[in-house]
Amino acid sequence: MTTASHETTPVLRLPAVAAFAATLAGGVLAAASAAMSWTWTDEFPGDLTYYGSPAGLQWLALAGGLLTALLALGARGVKGLRWLSPSGGNNGVLFAALGTLAVCWYSVAAIAVELDGLVNLDPGGWVAAVGSLLAVVGALGLPLDRRRTVKQPPVAWWWYLVAAVAAVLRVGLGQGWALNAVPPGIRPIFTENLWFFVAVPVAVLGFRLWLLLDAWLRIGRIERPLPAARALPSWAEILVITAVFALGLGVVEFGISTEYGELFIAFLLLTVFATAALLASGAIARLRELTTRHRSVTTGAAFAAAGAFPFTQSSETYVLIGANILIFATVALGLNVVVGLAGLLDLGYVAFLGVGAYAAALVSGSPFSVFRGVHLPFPVAVLIGALAALVFGVVIGAPTLRLRGDYLAIVTLGFGEIFRIAMNNLDGRSGPSLTNGPNGIAAIPDVNLFGFDFGQPHEFLGLQLGKFGNYLLLMLVATAIVVVVFGRVANSRIGRAWVAIREDETAAEAMGINGFRVKLIAFALGATLAGLAGAVQAHVAGAVSPDQYLFAGPVPPNSAFLLAAVILGGMGTISGPLVGAALLFLIPAKLQFLQSYQLLAFGVALILLMRFRPEGLIANRRQQLEFHEAELPAQGASPDDALTKAGA
Amino acid sequence: MTTDTAPVGGASAPLAEPVLEASGVVMRFGGLTAVNKVDLTVRQGEIVGLIGPNGAGKTTFFNCLTGLYVPTEGTVTYKGRVLPPRPHLVTEAGIARTFQNIRLFSNMTVLENVLVGRHTRTKEGLFSAILRGPSYRRAEQESRDRAMELLEFCGLAAKAEHLARNLPYGEQRKLEIARALASEPGLLLLDEPTAGMNPQETRAAEELVFAIRDLGIAILVIEHDMKFIFNLCDRTAVLVQGQKIVEGDRETVQNDERVVTAYLGAPLEGTTATEADQ
Ligand SMILES: Nc1ncnc2c1ncn2[C@@H]1O[C@H](COP(=O)(O)OP(=O)(O)OP(=O)(O)O)[C@@H](O)[C@H]1O
Ligand SMILES: [Mg+2]
Repeated sequence: MTTASHETTPVLRLPAVAAFAATLAGGVLAAASAAMSWTWTDEFPGDLTYYGSPAGLQWLALAGGLLTALLALGARGVKGLRWLSPSGGNNGVLFAALGTLAVCWYSVAAIAVELDGLVNLDPGGWVAAVGSLLAVVGALGLPLDRRRTVKQPPVAWWWYLVAAVAAVLRVGLGQGWALNAVPPGIRPIFTENLWFFVAVPVAVLGFRLWLLLDAWLRIGRIERPLPAARALPSWAEILVITAVFALGLGVVEFGISTEYGELFIAFLLLTVFATAALLASGAIARLRELTTRHRSVTTGAAFAAAGAFPFTQSSETYVLIGANILIFATVALGLNVVVGLAGLLDLGYVAFLGVGAYAAALVSGSPFSVFRGVHLPFPVAVLIGALAALVFGVVIGAPTLRLRGDYLAIVTLGFGEIFRIAMNNLDGRSGPSLTNGPNGIAAIPDVNLFGFDFGQPHEFLGLQLGKFGNYLLLMLVATAIVVVVFGRVANSRIGRAWVAIREDETAAEAMGINGFRVKLIAFALGATLAGLAGAVQAHVAGAVSPDQYLFAGPVPPNSAFLLAAVILGGMGTISGPLVGAALLFLIPAKLQFLQSYQLLAFGVALILLMRFRPEGLIANRRQQLEFHEAELPAQGASPDDALTKAGA
Repeated sequence: MTTDTAPVGGASAPLAEPVLEASGVVMRFGGLTAVNKVDLTVRQGEIVGLIGPNGAGKTTFFNCLTGLYVPTEGTVTYKGRVLPPRPHLVTEAGIARTFQNIRLFSNMTVLENVLVGRHTRTKEGLFSAILRGPSYRRAEQESRDRAMELLEFCGLAAKAEHLARNLPYGEQRKLEIARALASEPGLLLLDEPTAGMNPQETRAAEELVFAIRDLGIAILVIEHDMKFIFNLCDRTAVLVQGQKIVEGDRETVQNDERVVTAYLGAPLEGTTATEADQ
């Protein structure tokens, strides 16, 4: 298949059958290696020493290898597997093979590095490495969708100069002579950040390498019309959706309960590549057809999967992580009303979460609350939290939203900090007594709804549900409320007005929209939803304290992370912020060693995202078209075309 | 030159109800007087043209009428009511407009663009959107039906689900008109509706303007395409350096020396003026 800008050719000129066979064999080998021992000692985390019983990393190799093999068969049109590869293109096979390669080689390298030497590899490790490489080589011999030409950004000579200087400095700092050249006072800046002088050359060379690789592979994407799906009875379609969500639950559960960093990194690698593979193969597009046809079933299945999560866990640790992810995700979705729909940049959103949490905590019977005797029922406390946030939202929004431009960002940034500092000082000494200062309001009693004590484990149908499981389900209700509100409002008169304001405020006003009013509604709704989530959060955590509500900090939710979750996930969508929040919560929680470089890592990640996928991980239909229009088959001429035609 | 489309109704039927009355509108930007004491009346059923060289202040005058700018002096009344200088209130009162540089909501679909235009004629708020009661659904359905009718009217129904930004230029102009019509205006202001169009598209635009007039909507249109203006308009006003120098029918405008001078610069030997007079 060829288009003006794309062609379908192999990267490596192999005989067609050989390429296919190599891909298939490689995938199967990598998968089979999971059943072999990868290393002789159980010192490597996860104990990969057994024959016949895969563990940890091996599961990932198994999944990646199988996916590669199945996609290769599907793309070749083997009966019964075509649903996996409806587009018929081979790019998905390559991505799956690359994912497998990444997992296997990462594991092998981790074993070799951590145990000091390749001798520590057992046959299984070698099979995994060779098999996954074979699969990639084979996949490169398949006809792939490729760009005809590659636009290469220029790499200026001074980049290399900077890289070289950094490398020399690193050596110099190591030997001491470079250090003597700087005043003693600022020496620690250099000695404590040696990695920086390594990172710079690595980044420059890495970028250059990436460009070379890109020029060689020229992987692109040809939008192929999917063949009409075989008509399934409605119950079968619903069954498919259910199965997919069950699988999704399995994947998420695997991710949440990874016990060591290596496994989580490999998990992330495979998930990214597998998603890319399924996107390229068209399986996700096909699934989307199904889910749009059965929207309510899909939503139901998603919530059922989330609700089933605590029942699948034997320990409470990961359930608490799940509940915290839900809190973070719900708040992110609330922020998406403000940022994604109305286009208002709110840099202090976490303060509204805090207002809700504090308001609810004050009236929920904590011994540290100034209203000591007051213990309102949980729903009333939640309502009070939401209302308090609403009031603050209106108070902050009313004066600032009249102005256009970035005033809102500055004011909300300030408000976020003022809130935290005020909570710190309303302790009866530096200010009126309200919040118990830095100690916060602790020991909030467990929620008790209609005799159901959320603090105690319960048993349902023989399945155990612990304290955090209870709260996770409670939080899920709050999430559901926010999802429903978002979904309904986004597609209504007021939601359209928000998007119109975001797109072009002047034109929107000229169409009769009262910009100020509509923006205030968005801002207030966003604040209310955050307040609602905050009230529940106060009960889940059992305590509120000022340091939970930072602009940027190591633990989500904070304003910067919330914004990142929305942008990373996809602005204006429902699932985007949910996915973004899950990732942004899990990554720092799982990769403890990243802690001190977390913000840097996020900066880099966001830059990469903006470069490669500006619409976020999950694009709504609009943004998909907005950012990748050039790659789509031409739908309509651009204005310039019309002008040239008019001139002709 | 022969006219191929004779203007119907309008000027010949004397003095229909005035829809728009601008009196003594002045707009100053610092030392620059972009619009200088302009009076203009548009009556029911009329198509009025507004022409003038680049930078004459035509768009600025439109902005004063629609509340985008607060005029330094002067008043604008619509059907006898003085208009507050706020765009959304002007639209609500019944004046809709298009922009010289197309200003669609480019990442919304064609249908959504028109639905936004209906904002002032619907009133469902946040709560009814969340609760989705039967009356909300009825109103939403009505809005959609009405929007589809308008798209049909402008010949865009087939593209309802396309993104506005993906439409060809001519259709974007049409969509802007459809969006303006969605607010059920009594007066439509068009700022250079045929800029960048090819001759066929311009013809189609003429048809569309007549069709809109036949709906009972008065029209005030800025154009540089004289053929278009003289085909369409019952009356044309000429703006030069912020001042209205002539207003009248085709003959009056074409034969006015000041107009010729304004468009062609000061006559050097008088040759240009005589040429234009023929
Ligand atoms: N916001 C503004 N601030 C300062 N000057 C302005 C502003 N808007 C317009 N002007 C000036 O007012 C004058 C009239 O501009 P306007 O856009 O109304 O002209 P126009 O008749 O619409 O011209 P064109 O045919 O090119 O569209 C110009 O000199 C312009 O530079
Ligand atoms: Mg203009």
